[in-house]
Amino acid sequence: MSLKRKDLLSLAPLSVDEIKLILETADSFKEVTGREIKKVPALRGRTVVNLFFEPSTRTRTSFELAAKRLSADVINFSPSSSSVVKGETLLDTARNIEAMQADIIVLRHPSAGAAQALARGVKSAVINAGDGWHEHPTQGLLDLYTIRERGLSFEGLKVAIVGDVAHSRVARSNIYALVKLGAEVRVVGPPTMIPAGVEKLGVRVYYHLDEALRDVQVIMMLRLQLERQGKALFPTIREYARLYGLTSERVKLADPKVIVMHPGPINRGVEIAPEVADSLSSVILDQVANGVAVRMGILYLMSGAN
Amino acid sequence: MAIHIAGGHVIDPGRFNGVADVLIDEGRIVAVGPNLKVPAGATKIDAKGRLVLPGFVDLHVHFREPGFEYKESIQSGAAAAVAGGFTSVCCMPNTNPANDNQAITEFMLERGKAAGLANVFPIGAITKGLEGKELAEIGDLRRAGCVAISDDGKPVMNSLVMRRAMEYALAFDVAVVDHCEDLHLAEGGCMNEGVVSTELGLPGMPSAAEDVMVSRNIALAELTGARLHLAHISTEGSARMVREAKSRGLRVTAEACPHHFTITEETVRGYNTYAKMNPPLRTEKDVQAIKEGLRDGTIDAIATDHAPHATQEKQLGFAEAPFGIVGLETALPLTLALVEEGILSLESAVDKLSTAPAKVFGLAKGTLAIGADADVTIVDQHEQWEVDPAKFFSKSRNTPFAGWKVKGRVRTTIVSGRVVFEASRAEG
Repeated sequence: MSLKRKDLLSLAPLSVDEIKLILETADSFKEVTGREIKKVPALRGRTVVNLFFEPSTRTRTSFELAAKRLSADVINFSPSSSSVVKGETLLDTARNIEAMQADIIVLRHPSAGAAQALARGVKSAVINAGDGWHEHPTQGLLDLYTIRERGLSFEGLKVAIVGDVAHSRVARSNIYALVKLGAEVRVVGPPTMIPAGVEKLGVRVYYHLDEALRDVQVIMMLRLQLERQGKALFPTIREYARLYGLTSERVKLADPKVIVMHPGPINRGVEIAPEVADSLSSVILDQVANGVAVRMGILYLMSGAN
Repeated sequence: MAIHIAGGHVIDPGRFNGVADVLIDEGRIVAVGPNLKVPAGATKIDAKGRLVLPGFVDLHVHFREPGFEYKESIQSGAAAAVAGGFTSVCCMPNTNPANDNQAITEFMLERGKAAGLANVFPIGAITKGLEGKELAEIGDLRRAGCVAISDDGKPVMNSLVMRRAMEYALAFDVAVVDHCEDLHLAEGGCMNEGVVSTELGLPGMPSAAEDVMVSRNIALAELTGARLHLAHISTEGSARMVREAKSRGLRVTAEACPHHFTITEETVRGYNTYAKMNPPLRTEKDVQAIKEGLRDGTIDAIATDHAPHATQEKQLGFAEAPFGIVGLETALPLTLALVEEGILSLESAVDKLSTAPAKVFGLAKGTLAIGADADVTIVDQHEQWEVDPAKFFSKSRNTPFAGWKVKGRVRTTIVSGRVVFEASRAEG
């Protein structure tokens, strides 16, 4: 079986079978990342371009490592956001890159829909590495992979997604995928950070963290964008931490075998207490490690090399 | 030269509705009635089976001149107008420089005359530079020929400034037009706020951003007694408040745009920048409320908010692309769809396009009365056609209706007794 898509733009339209295929493909690459020589020739002679219009360290590095471990040639291209302001359309930038025979373009862009617009305009495969508040499908997939790796099954799985859901592409990708896979998804945060009509996506909305955490097997913390203070979304970081910060006490409200996830980078002492981030429940570093394997799987599937 | 429009179905809202001839001479309507005596040498236009209507009046267009002629000029805009059956258009002042002084007004009028197509009526600014701070020279603007005042896309946020503008405008009996949007509530938004914006991850503009300003403006109109005209209302709440204000006898009028009664926020899916305008496309509930407002007379006029933008601007990301769509060349069939649907009678549809908008700004237009300016639009109500933006007279192509199969087409447009558009020639 193969992925019958030119692009990976969002998890919303993916079928359960497609998601499973990606996770299973990642399994074999996870094995590769554990070897002493962490390299396979699967994408030799292919070119992957990381086109990042937003600063990003971990996602870009993760994609770069994934592509290199597949023996692809990797170019990192980070146009200054000023070239966007100067009026070059995204499509023009991408066509330039395509003209250099890129097989796969990995796009990070501050605008929702950018990956879709790009995919329509170029023949290269496009992988969305985060578009505005819309989706971050590879993060969603690596989160699923990490949950599955812990032996949890998705059907009936109780998951709490905590924090600024309104402005989170990670939350959206996880909501789409987890709901599709049969999980019971709770979103929790101050009402100012819960987007309009989100319950229509199949989730339950909570405003109180303690209530939302009861019996959950997975806690997904979202990063608080500290610069949003002063935009009337929350009064102070202090109050936010008190109401929505994950402490050891709160973790006890969840299932005893709960796992704690975070897409990073974490604000220690804000949305997550240091002792929770470093606890045995925390799988935050597993997420990072799995990110490479999952992205190898995705690059492999998108390259048509299979 | 005389024109004899023979045997058409003449609709002059509130005055005449039946098969008749229309006789035009020296730029004016000379006679309307069956079997008219026609002077020798009159040009005959056979209108059998067609509608003969007072030329449409658009209270809300953006012709981009001066300043943004690459999007539209007064010439190209006027050509689009007459192709869509509009014989009079009111041009918003968000040009560069803004139309906040009489020199710009005179320039726009001159360009309109030079184009020699539709009647071009400038709308003056409320405040200098559309900045919402100091009043523009409204007296001068009025004297120079502005038919209304508005800061349009940059709504006057300061309620005291708006109050003063409404009071000051009383001296010139000029309508104050507001684009109702609380800029704080709508900050950063690029589509209607709701489940679709949530799914797409796009910042939303809640309908409350429109409603609170409609409410404020009605309160200020009541305080000042000003003539308030609400541009492009799009929400259920706006329609409800305008209805209530009218029932209390306030001098409040409102317009709605074809896109707001035809399509919803669902059209944005796929990040379609041709579905990006301000106010944004709303929900089905709002569409129904706008239709009901048109039906029961709450909404006086249909206006296009014709807002041309260049293709490369609409190719930007959804959040970065400018707001607005062109509307002059699609308004007629979209309005006639309301007739087909049973929302409006044919006569009231014509009223919303011609007679009522003329009254809103007090223009001596929108009628086929004897002695009136001979602005006439002849329509084939049943002709089916496909919207092809490449064939637009407008310089811009930004419409969400490309490829739509629609019904009802302008065949001939006459302005001041002169044929300025003929579909047969355009097709040839």
